[in-house]
Amino acid sequence: MTLYVQAVVNGLLVGGVYSLMALGLTLIFGVMRVINFAHGDMMVWGMYLSYWLFVTAGVDPYVSILVTGSVVFLLGAAVQKGLVSRILDAPHEMQILLMLGVALVLENTALMVFGPDPRRVSTSYALSTFWWGPIVFDLPRVATFGVALALALGLYVFLKRTDLGRMIRAASDNRIGALLVGTDILKVFTLAFGIGAACVGAAGSLMTPFLPFSPSTGLFFTITSFNIVIIGGMGSFLGAFVGGLLVGISESLGAVVLVPSLKEIVTFILLILILLFRPQGLLGGSR
Amino acid sequence: MVRIGVGTVVGLILLALPFWVSSTWQNLLITVFYYAFLGQAWNILGGYAGQLSLGHAAFFAIGAYTSAVLAVHYAVSPWLGMFVGAVLAALLSLGIGYLGFRFGLRGFYFILLTLAAAEICRLVALHVPILGGYTGLFINFTPNPWQFQFKGKIPYYFIALGFLVFASAVVWLLERSKLGTYLVAIREDEDASEALGVDTFRYKMMAYALSAALTALGGTFYAYFQYYLQPNTVLNLNHSVDIMIRPIVGGMGTILGPILGSLLLELLGEFSRTYFAGATAGLSVVIYGVLLIIVVLFLPRGVYPTLVHRFRRLMRGRPT
Repeated sequence: MTLYVQAVVNGLLVGGVYSLMALGLTLIFGVMRVINFAHGDMMVWGMYLSYWLFVTAGVDPYVSILVTGSVVFLLGAAVQKGLVSRILDAPHEMQILLMLGVALVLENTALMVFGPDPRRVSTSYALSTFWWGPIVFDLPRVATFGVALALALGLYVFLKRTDLGRMIRAASDNRIGALLVGTDILKVFTLAFGIGAACVGAAGSLMTPFLPFSPSTGLFFTITSFNIVIIGGMGSFLGAFVGGLLVGISESLGAVVLVPSLKEIVTFILLILILLFRPQGLLGGSR
Repeated sequence: MVRIGVGTVVGLILLALPFWVSSTWQNLLITVFYYAFLGQAWNILGGYAGQLSLGHAAFFAIGAYTSAVLAVHYAVSPWLGMFVGAVLAALLSLGIGYLGFRFGLRGFYFILLTLAAAEICRLVALHVPILGGYTGLFINFTPNPWQFQFKGKIPYYFIALGFLVFASAVVWLLERSKLGTYLVAIREDEDASEALGVDTFRYKMMAYALSAALTALGGTFYAYFQYYLQPNTVLNLNHSVDIMIRPIVGGMGTILGPILGSLLLELLGEFSRTYFAGATAGLSVVIYGVLLIIVVLFLPRGVYPTLVHRFRRLMRGRPT
């Protein structure tokens, strides 16, 4: 029993940062109706930036999210302004192809700059743990969970309470309507793509204290983000959040019940069940 | 008449070509034909029926593994095994299609269903001992044509060309059949065709099964061209992307689209590999990615439809 509770706790802690990553994807999809196939690769760039800042300047990953978030924000905004804005009305398959091209470029520039070997940010507290009854808590995972939660909450408040946030939500609900009332839609798109990218960039930094990574890590997280967003409901903020926690827990339980290398299969089966019986997602509105 | 003449000339050139070019170019042409064949298979479901699949690597892998395992462990010739693989792939596609189409999944939702199904296949394949797991499955080389194994590249060239001609003929017949017409109707407006009495579920299933079975034949070819199979290379998302990318670049829903797309991307890939492979690991793929982005931005309808459009405008004597 303790084993399973432990697995749920570990899964929940990782799930927090999954939520942040999926929030980025769902924001981009909700506003632009474009699926960001380069999502995981943007995250990998966040990871490498944190790594580089840690190795060269000793900056802690929990501090460097400020830098990685901003840099990946600019990256996302540039991708939107330079590329995505040109094909907003093109058929799905062309948008997918474009983002796949971006993913290839991002993954392989990381390969060129940092090489194929896995990297790890070895902080002094990397192996610290504390106990609560029979359950072990991994300090970096707890810290990551807390920061991810705070960032998600911050994003929520931004979207609900500020003018810019309202503009983003308006564009997501009804693009034509938002245009009619005078919203600068291209500015909103650039902002939304930037924020979505910043979320996943920051999520990447937050994972570096406990997760070794390499340039090819991105694909796994791109797929994981898709799963979360479909499970939670495409374009739904709360859905991405709950979905992230759920996928974190299901992977962690899958690793205990099955073999660790099969852990993702639980998520995929969950995904297929959702697609079949509730395609709008757990918390999505009507399709 | 002109068409027949052009066809004969192209045919003769293709028959003579492998005897004149170096083995590098033989390899390149084999890859072009082979991916054009896979693209043609994907095109039936993606291009004609308008159901984008990002999980065709699963059918490919079934074709590859079925014929390989039957040959290695049960001494069944791959020439027979490939049809067993095709049937199994068609059955899997009917399973996925049944789930997806019955529940009315469309667009992105169908894409993600196919992706998830392929990923499940990959994870399962990694844990099935007879398939070799993480180590992969090696096929011993015994140059025996009955075992689909040949010395030199030229036999593979003609097999790949034959596969491509076969798939193109299937698509040519499809275009002229009722099924093809129904599929295009479904692609253009599924609700309207349903309202007019087209059994959309049935025809989408047929397109899916046909596409999957052909893709599995391509898997067998790959297995005996490479002599090595590993789920993380033949059954991952990148490979599904490789299969779908060529018909999209070339022009979906046209016979020449997958062929032109395959030729173009192979030349682009070869170009970036030749000139940038020696430099830094990854640079050649970066160049490939950039070229892909350029193609999407400047030819958003695909190469073949754009060419046809330009050509017609030129014929009408208007400035382009």
